[in-house]
Amino acid sequence: MQISINNFTKTFDGTPVIDDMNLTIRDGEMLALLGPSGCGKSTTLFTISGIHRMDKGQLMFGDRDVSGLPSQKRNVGVVFQNYALYPHMNVFENIAFPLTVRKDNKADIDREVRFIAALTHISELLERRPGQLSGGQQQRVALARALVRKPDVLLLDEPLANLDAKLRLEMRSEIRRIQLETGITAVLVTHDQVEAMSMCDRIAIMKKGEIVQIDTPADMYSNPRTSFVAGFLGNPPISLLNGIAMGNTFSIAPIKLRVPLGSHEGIADGTPLKLGVRPEHFGPEGDIAVEGKITFAETQGRENLYDVELADGSVLRSIQPAARNWKLGEPVRWFIDSKSAFVFSDDGLRL
Amino acid sequence: MTRNFAAWPIILLLTVLSLPLFIMYLFLLVDTFSNTAPGSLLPNEFTLEHWRFLIDPTITGDVWKPTLTTVIFSASLMIIVVSVSATAGYALSRLALPFRRFVLSGIMVMHAFPSVTLIIGVFLVLQFAGLYNSLTGVILVKASLMLPFGIWIMKGFYDAVPWEIEMAGVQDGASRFTVWRRIILPQVKPGLLSLALFAFIDGWSEYMLPRILAPSSDFEVLSMYLNTVSDPNSSTYNFNIFKSVGLFYTLPVLALFVLFQNRLMNIFGGGTKG
Repeated sequence: MQISINNFTKTFDGTPVIDDMNLTIRDGEMLALLGPSGCGKSTTLFTISGIHRMDKGQLMFGDRDVSGLPSQKRNVGVVFQNYALYPHMNVFENIAFPLTVRKDNKADIDREVRFIAALTHISELLERRPGQLSGGQQQRVALARALVRKPDVLLLDEPLANLDAKLRLEMRSEIRRIQLETGITAVLVTHDQVEAMSMCDRIAIMKKGEIVQIDTPADMYSNPRTSFVAGFLGNPPISLLNGIAMGNTFSIAPIKLRVPLGSHEGIADGTPLKLGVRPEHFGPEGDIAVEGKITFAETQGRENLYDVELADGSVLRSIQPAARNWKLGEPVRWFIDSKSAFVFSDDGLRL
Repeated sequence: MTRNFAAWPIILLLTVLSLPLFIMYLFLLVDTFSNTAPGSLLPNEFTLEHWRFLIDPTITGDVWKPTLTTVIFSASLMIIVVSVSATAGYALSRLALPFRRFVLSGIMVMHAFPSVTLIIGVFLVLQFAGLYNSLTGVILVKASLMLPFGIWIMKGFYDAVPWEIEMAGVQDGASRFTVWRRIILPQVKPGLLSLALFAFIDGWSEYMLPRILAPSSDFEVLSMYLNTVSDPNSSTYNFNIFKSVGLFYTLPVLALFVLFQNRLMNIFGGGTKG
């Protein structure tokens, strides 16, 4: 079901958290709300669920205006960060709870619970209590409970935050599989860009209560609208150089670095600019030579990660295949791939 | 369990310290089943005669009627305190009530007052309500004096239940009342149980309130009965019978403590969060 939020405004104790936000989540889509803590992503999520009320604005589930409805009447499934399973009930009772509240008949409940348990691969755990389950299993139970009454939308609040690294990988693909199999519209709140990029159809990046950009993961990575978005996506993160416009180039005079601005013509000389270079676009191959010294080297197995400090103190990150090892302190002459670099104005907007 | 130090010195110390109490209780028990010759320390004959007050009402008066009254008194107290604390504690912990802070500090102040200081006011209220000299009146007064403690303890238990569980229940389509009854209440069951026990034991040992608020009534609780038996000026005074009645009176409390001591300690572990 399509979910749309129109002109949504929310303040807590006089502090505006969300200001006039518009967002449409398409039917069957999985959308990530991505942003640093305090950006309003959880507020948005809990507004969709009905735990928070909108101060202003409208929330539509399909054609139905649910802005004024309490949580109980919204038909929303939520997976909480700490799963919030009911500790005194076993897994079956946990999953069945939404149905027993609705007073479905026993046979139906049994059938639905077993169906959803099979989907989430927890059929053999139905007799256990939450305390006897591992983190990943609890996560599956929470998902099953959220899905069992076929909600209009599934909301996931940092669902992987409490899992260890290996389980996180597993549950990442599991949640995506279950979402695709049920075809449910889903919203994922996360501060982890890898989660957002790997699981979702589209990402909405939020900052200080505003959606900065909403796009597919690939488009957002290759075409960020601001330096904030560019800095948030990608691991290791993008490096930003400060310089000025000079004769249609991005220039850092002291180290004689000049990167052609290409199509961005007519920028007055002396305008301060920022140049964003992703680690994979800086290395032994490229077109703009830069000299510097390796100040940080990290082995990651398949690849090595380097920080190269330029003569003026600015740092460029680089990621290189592990075949050739550069040592700490080694002077290098590497190149920036100027066509892949992003140019931002001083206030962070992409040119 | 790994031990950082040996346990036996502590056990020894505790044994020595509690020895006087233990010996006293031992002699109480022994004395009720035996006779001791004057001047001697050890008993010389076994007898059940000190316990005959249980079947023979002519000795000290019927013991079963006060016992029944005390059971009714303690049980009503328990029911009132538990049901009011369970709901009021939840409301204070979770609901956005008007004057919540005021009510909370009021409860704290009430909790701090010894009940004797309120007795004149309570007397006037009871007199006005026509409940003076009645069991109902005493139960109501005792229950309301216990409530600040009970509400405060239960609020602490509710505070420890994570919010997300409650939100999950609401999200699953349940009303706030259903969430409270089916999800939250089972989480605070240890608190409810220990509060119930405390209320029962407190009611069982209450002496002052029935004495003051129902002095001339036709009912009598066990503590008042014991007081009558212990009067050295009465014609039926017998120190060994007094001991037997005392033991009979203490027995249920001892039994409850032995059975539920772990749960009773719960109240101090889980219920202290302000």
